[in-house]
Amino acid sequence: MKTVEPDLVPYDEAVAAYDVVMGIEVHVELSTASKMFCGCSTAFGAEPNTQTCPTCLGLPGSLPVLNQQAVESAIRIGLALGCDVAEWCRFARKNYFYPDMPKNFQTSQYDEPICFDGATTVEVEGREFVIPIERAHMEEDTGKSLHVGGATGRIHGADHSLVDYNRAGIPLIEIVTKPIEGTGALAPQVARAYVAHLRDLLRSLGVSDVRMEQGSLRADLNVSLRRAPEAPFGTRSETKNVNSLRSVERAVRYEISRHAGIIDAGMKVTQETRHWHEDTGITTAGRSKEQAEDYRYFPEPDLVPVAPERAWVEQLKAALPEPPAVRRPRLQAGWGFSDLEMRDVLNVGALDLIEQTVAAGTAPAAARKWWLTELARRANEQGVELDALPVTPAHVATVQSLVDAGELNDKLARQVFEGVLAGEGTPEQVVEKRGLKLVSDDGALTAAVEEALAANPDVVAKVRGGKHQAAGALVGAVMKATKGQADAARVRELLLERIGVDH
Amino acid sequence: MSSITRDEVAHLARLARLQLPEDELEHYAGQLDAILHAVARVTEVAGEDVPPTSHPLPLVNVTRPDETHRSLTAEEALSGAPAAEDSRFRVPRILGEEA
Amino acid sequence: MTDTTTDLVRLSATETAGVIARGEASAADVAKAHLDRIGAVDGAVHAFLHVDAEGALAAAREVDDKRARGEEQGPLAGVPLALKDVMAQRGVPTTCGSKMLEGWRPPYDSTVVTRLRAAGVVILGKTNMDEFAMGSSTEHSAYGATHNPWDLDRIPGGSGGGSAAAVAAYEAPLAIGTDTGGSIRQPAAVTGTVGVKPTYGGVSRYGLVAFSSSLDQAGPCSRTVLDAALLHEAIGGHDPRDSTSIDAPLPPVVAAAREGAQGRLDGVRVGVVRELSGEGYQPGVEQRFHEAVDLLRELGATVTEVSCPHFQYALSAYYLIAPSECSSNLARFDAMRYGLRVGDDGEHSAEEVMALTRAAGFGPEVKRRIMLGTYALSSGYYDAYYGSAQKVRTLISRDFAQAYEQVDVLVSPTTPTTAFPLGSKLEDPIAMYLNDLCTIPSNLAGGAAMSLPCGLSPDDGLPVGLQIMAPAMADDRLYRVGAAVETALADRWGGNLLTQAPELQEKA
Repeated sequence: MKTVEPDLVPYDEAVAAYDVVMGIEVHVELSTASKMFCGCSTAFGAEPNTQTCPTCLGLPGSLPVLNQQAVESAIRIGLALGCDVAEWCRFARKNYFYPDMPKNFQTSQYDEPICFDGATTVEVEGREFVIPIERAHMEEDTGKSLHVGGATGRIHGADHSLVDYNRAGIPLIEIVTKPIEGTGALAPQVARAYVAHLRDLLRSLGVSDVRMEQGSLRADLNVSLRRAPEAPFGTRSETKNVNSLRSVERAVRYEISRHAGIIDAGMKVTQETRHWHEDTGITTAGRSKEQAEDYRYFPEPDLVPVAPERAWVEQLKAALPEPPAVRRPRLQAGWGFSDLEMRDVLNVGALDLIEQTVAAGTAPAAARKWWLTELARRANEQGVELDALPVTPAHVATVQSLVDAGELNDKLARQVFEGVLAGEGTPEQVVEKRGLKLVSDDGALTAAVEEALAANPDVVAKVRGGKHQAAGALVGAVMKATKGQADAARVRELLLERIGVDH
Repeated sequence: MSSITRDEVAHLARLARLQLPEDELEHYAGQLDAILHAVARVTEVAGEDVPPTSHPLPLVNVTRPDETHRSLTAEEALSGAPAAEDSRFRVPRILGEEA
Repeated sequence: MTDTTTDLVRLSATETAGVIARGEASAADVAKAHLDRIGAVDGAVHAFLHVDAEGALAAAREVDDKRARGEEQGPLAGVPLALKDVMAQRGVPTTCGSKMLEGWRPPYDSTVVTRLRAAGVVILGKTNMDEFAMGSSTEHSAYGATHNPWDLDRIPGGSGGGSAAAVAAYEAPLAIGTDTGGSIRQPAAVTGTVGVKPTYGGVSRYGLVAFSSSLDQAGPCSRTVLDAALLHEAIGGHDPRDSTSIDAPLPPVVAAAREGAQGRLDGVRVGVVRELSGEGYQPGVEQRFHEAVDLLRELGATVTEVSCPHFQYALSAYYLIAPSECSSNLARFDAMRYGLRVGDDGEHSAEEVMALTRAAGFGPEVKRRIMLGTYALSSGYYDAYYGSAQKVRTLISRDFAQAYEQVDVLVSPTTPTTAFPLGSKLEDPIAMYLNDLCTIPSNLAGGAAMSLPCGLSPDDGLPVGLQIMAPAMADDRLYRVGAAVETALADRWGGNLLTQAPELQEKA
């Protein structure tokens, strides 16, 4: 059935007319070595169905055993989000049939999440927004279906499907916010900032790879509109599995315009799941939730309750990394960055990278320069996150130390990075292979200087006559002769010395 | 306790993925109704103050270390599959979408 | 068939192990004798769904080889065993009595099977059962009913009727059963054999195809109490693959059985459960039960009557909890990864194929319970049905706890009646469910319980079972009391009850 949807309302008009309420559910894949309930590897990209066992295949007779590390990660995530940790909680079975779910129930947590009632703060355009956290609970991922026949990879029109259960049973933490209110026109940016904040937080905890492009962090975005903040919540839509920061912002923005269009047309928003289309920038309807699924949750009898000891929880709490809200100002002050510079650093996700580069001995300004210009540009070209580049903080520190020692100039340094990105090895290996060292050997330079002096007697005369700036032409000639691999300052020094003027 | 109707049985069969013919729906409605009436006495006895028991023994915190074991080979994993293709389970076209 | 092979199949497991250890017969001879016996009588009994002659002989030869090399072997090395078809055994068909799993060969071993192999036990094959262990007669098997060796027109109990009948028909001295609401004890009672439901968590459930996870428990079936204890010890103990497995040493069941066989029960406090008698109990069953209670007194035990007022709700709670869990446990049988697939014609969708397969692959009792459980868990009914049933479970556990403050073990008849005729209760699910009236409380509370023969009912000449119940992790008490009763009765009868069973016609 195809329904005609009213036109979108321009975003500014929509947020002027309506109050936006959001709810965000983020699924995070934990970076444990083994799955949630069995010892199969979680490594990404293995051959199909080679990381399965009776348990994660749901074979008759198999049983789950909980991964201790997953519990610890769940608690640490909850603590970092200011949550309480349950004294005692159980897993529950969420019953529904789907071919990529081996048991036809998902082992999850229902009314007894391990972590609950937290809050975290994000900053957008200088304003702070408190994001209230409802819960963080443990669950497992499903397998992956490949739809064959019809349009490539699409479910509709497919002839049959092929299922790989390698991802089935990968540990997931679902982090659910309470309704996020009062964001006004900044709603899309707040949503983005929150997901970015979670990503940074999870990374600092070391609990997940947080690779949005690989789906290890994905967001479900609930959006609803109402006439005024006092009015009851409007009907929400839930846009599923949004997997980039940019898409989070765009999808919320789109849904606000779409909802406004529907309400303005005097129609009712349908409670449904929506799919986000990165290419066209729109959402389309998924399954209607009017007839609510009946998941028949009940306590999982095959797993015993989890009752984290208080002393252990306190220990985990004490060992949490410094919260971003404390760490950022500390780093900013230490590095002497302006607010604007710091914002750029955060926007490209370079905070940890710069911190590590500085720790490796590079001056903060130099570290920022490389990550925010040359490397950010490369990441952008390749469409990956900055930290997904093969260049590491240690590489940047090495390159900068060569620049500091006068062995590289900025132009050559960029070529070194190009080599590292092209897989030619470490910076040292690229310098070696490409022969990128500056010519600093005075003997070789002297020959080039002599040649330049002999070829340009008129310029030499000008310099002797006091026009020191005319030496530039001679420097240029030497640089050309050495193919740029000379230190221009040293060339100038040698030229002036030879001509016999003070410098 | 309310009695269970044919339509309710049809709903249950749908939830439980059982394609039952009409006459069976009637048949099961009668039987399920009788069973539910017989077991409904559980609602009479336990008060608010009685905690439910989900696990017969009071065990807690049973976990395993985060270590990998040997997985099945793809061949073993697929050994019982009604159909397989390219080392994957081949299933008929999927209409719905995941929850 | 020679007299020797006839003798070999009549031995207890303990005796069989002795014969093999002393070299009086090889394990291979013992296995062959049992395979012959199966060939001769199983056409009539139909205890087995699959006989793995090749696997059994290979396992037996391994025991013989080890003996030849002088290697130390366990007390059950070379003893044949029949495995309920609900236990996964690598490479061997495992159907759970269902069309749904016809031809499925698990790529892994259950922990029970792993431990049986380690003990040198020879697995003869897989035994018949009610589909997915739901039933009390084996008539709900998709492969036809098993017949009671005492009277081939009667049920052998269920769901583990195949295991009990195999033991009663001398097709195997030992069998593995599983007990969710009485599926080991009720078949033991009606076939005149011994069956034990260990403490929940005492024997690993890994590889036991789940019916109701919080109730299921695997345990031994045998012809003597000591044999049951030896098998219990071989399969029991902590298993890290089962989160609900108890991480503590197994109670000393074998020692307790040996102690009990000495005869006296002085100082043992026995409670008779008032609520497990009266209306609905066959007079002959009650008579034999009361005689057994008198015997306990004669053996020195102190007998008192105790009340467990909430046991009257146990059956109702069970028929909500077990179907609820089963509706979820059996969801995995969906035609996608293993087992039956119906309707995959290129037209039907995955969803349709699931529903068609499940309708074709499950029998009526399984469908009933799946729908019952789906109902009990569905929104709007959860609190009234599943929630209330779980509260009743708490009340029943409290009843047990209070009773065990006064007594060491509780006793009752195992079943209200003796074996009923095949077909007589098939169309009346509630009448069928009443078979488990006495056995269900122990499943709900997680305690241990045993059934052992206490005579033939004077009204129909069929076996009656005495149920002994003990608190969780006090399984040894069952064996001590059970062995004492067994010894006293054997003295009285001049052998165990099965010696009074009619001879089965052997097919040439």
